Amino acid sequence: MKSLARVLTVFLAFVMLLPSFAAFASEDGNFTTYTYNYDYWQDEIEMPDAYRVEQVIYSSTLGLETPMNKPESLYIRDSFIYVADTGNNRVLEIERQGKEFVLTRIIDTIYGAMPSNLVAPSDMFVDENGTIYICDTGNQRIVKADKDLNFLMSFTKPQDTTFDQGDFLPSRLVVDVSGRVYTLATNVNKGLIKYEADGSFAGFIGANPVTYTMAEYIWKTFFTSKAQRAQQVAFVPTEYSNIAIDDEGFIYATNAVFSEYDLIWDNAKPIRRLNSIGNDILVKNGWLPPIGDIYWEEQSIEYGPSKFRDITVLENDIYVAFDRTRGRMFGYDSQGILLWAFGTKGNVEGTFTGAASIEHMGRDLYCLDELGCTITVFKPTDYGNLIFEATDQYLKGDYDESADTWRKVLKLNANYNLAFIGIGRALMRQEEFEEAMEYFKMAYDQENYGRAYRYYRKEKIEGNIGWIVAVLAVLLIVPLIIRRIRNMKWEVQEYERKKAGR
Amino acid sequence: MSVKKLDAKGETRFQRYIASVKYAKHVIFHPFDGFWDLVHEKRGSLMAAHTFLALFLITYILRLMYTNFQFITAPIQYINIYEQCASILLPFIIICISNWALSTLFDGKGYFKDIYMALCYALVPYFLIQLPLVLISHAISFDEFAYYNVLAGISVIWPVFLVFVALMQVHDYTPGKAIIFLFVTIFGALVILFLILVFFSLLSDAAAYFVSLYREIVFRLH
Repeated sequence: MKSLARVLTVFLAFVMLLPSFAAFASEDGNFTTYTYNYDYWQDEIEMPDAYRVEQVIYSSTLGLETPMNKPESLYIRDSFIYVADTGNNRVLEIERQGKEFVLTRIIDTIYGAMPSNLVAPSDMFVDENGTIYICDTGNQRIVKADKDLNFLMSFTKPQDTTFDQGDFLPSRLVVDVSGRVYTLATNVNKGLIKYEADGSFAGFIGANPVTYTMAEYIWKTFFTSKAQRAQQVAFVPTEYSNIAIDDEGFIYATNAVFSEYDLIWDNAKPIRRLNSIGNDILVKNGWLPPIGDIYWEEQSIEYGPSKFRDITVLENDIYVAFDRTRGRMFGYDSQGILLWAFGTKGNVEGTFTGAASIEHMGRDLYCLDELGCTITVFKPTDYGNLIFEATDQYLKGDYDESADTWRKVLKLNANYNLAFIGIGRALMRQEEFEEAMEYFKMAYDQENYGRAYRYYRKEKIEGNIGWIVAVLAVLLIVPLIIRRIRNMKWEVQEYERKKAGR
Repeated sequence: MSVKKLDAKGETRFQRYIASVKYAKHVIFHPFDGFWDLVHEKRGSLMAAHTFLALFLITYILRLMYTNFQFITAPIQYINIYEQCASILLPFIIICISNWALSTLFDGKGYFKDIYMALCYALVPYFLIQLPLVLISHAISFDEFAYYNVLAGISVIWPVFLVFVALMQVHDYTPGKAIIFLFVTIFGALVILFLILVFFSLLSDAAAYFVSLYREIVFRLH
């Protein structure tokens, strides 16, 4: 009996431990991570993995003699991955060949540049022709070189009165199709510095508007002396944390400095999409603005809002923001609706200690950890791919196919609101309003439900107009007749009474 | 014989009840005259007041549960009906009490019964409008939200106005005094709430003291 009890205890202990294993290893042996979304009630809803780790690239994978040291940024052009290995004053060029990652070049010298060595490069950009732009922070310049690394030109500190910062420390850059360079520089809070293709300074764009509350304004204007005012911290706009450019030339910027209060009312705008004159045109049609986590894990050392370090824009304006606070990736569609969120902090595969940069190759995500010095490659699962496909089909106008894809998504995750809305929209196009209403109702989509309901109501009224008229007529005529009869009765009674009275 | 007599008495009572319920129509459309007669001419009845309060509660719950989700989305999975009822009834009773208690300081003429009755009668427009609205919400679409909002707004503003008139007429106040008294009443209600909290926290402390005393004794004895 005793041994039986022991066996049972061990078995029970094992069963109890199972869920904690299940969280990290799936049936097919791939590493999985906690993936979730928010429902209408803003509760976290677990969902199947949209992404799984395909591979982790270490310094040793690439056969580097000196391992990576504080790499700050990633850039991907076609099958080439560029890593700004800031601590080693170099840029690594890695080519993806099938499943293999091969180190093709170590860029530490630009031929013909003065000085020719890179010092602490922090970001780079490569255009379609292979022309490379590098933020050479230590040399206070942005260098532009052709694909064989011959010096073409450099963008240096703007010689302009509006640029009043001492040193010019470019940290992130993007280049648009016509060769204009937009850069973020440390200690510059006027927005992005814009250069024309010929290297001339073209001003600042997209500065964060200064925000202050009414109370602050009143306090500052009426209750402080001049001397006090001079001592106070000035209201200054904050700096962006990173920028990315999409295919249409819009710049996505992330902002990690804001007060928590502003986040709730969407004044902080941690993710922005800037047009050519620097206005934020990000679409926000979700119940929540794109702000990352809404629960900040109270009583944890990681307490606090999501602070996005980098952003990348995939197909169909789906963007993925990389959060430093909890090492999570948040995918939003073009309407600003959260598709999925996953990732966590930690030291095992697929987790991050120092989230630094994110890029994409097709639908694969490449995430750089600056403390772990690793690049993690995430590959979409079937489920993740279905979401991409359905979005794509809908935007192309293949509504029926999109609905079929969404149905497949629902089979994998019956709690996915976007799928219900997608199917509902397709049903509405097929003029099946009643069914569409059902789907919209399940997703709590009031606006679309209202639209479907209006058509449904119209259909019903038009179909039964005969009955409605009949019922209305009866309702109007019957009281009339009753009144008539009553009147007649009363007249008869009156007549008889008069007769009797006589 | 006695049975017959009781029946006859019940009949008159019932008729009186029906008359007092019907009188609500006069009160909500002619509040100044209506509230005066309600308490001074004994046109209202407590039973009618209870009925209106119950109807108000039922409407409140039905509205949460059966309004079309386009207009109200209550997290039904989290809603506890008893909690909802208590969240209406408790403040209502506390406000009645604070109003009655403070009316002595403000030369009010109303008895507690009158105050309760008048406030219940003032709730009538709320359920008269909100109950049909629950049905209407299933017949209109999201774009017609404005109509819904206007009606829902009226169903709140009207009773608030009635409460104000009720205070004036029950206590025989001028309008200015009634407004001041309205705020004082709310303040008084907060004070009562605070006292209740203090009382219960002290009570639980006292109880905890005796429980620990008992445990100590039991521990020593064994």
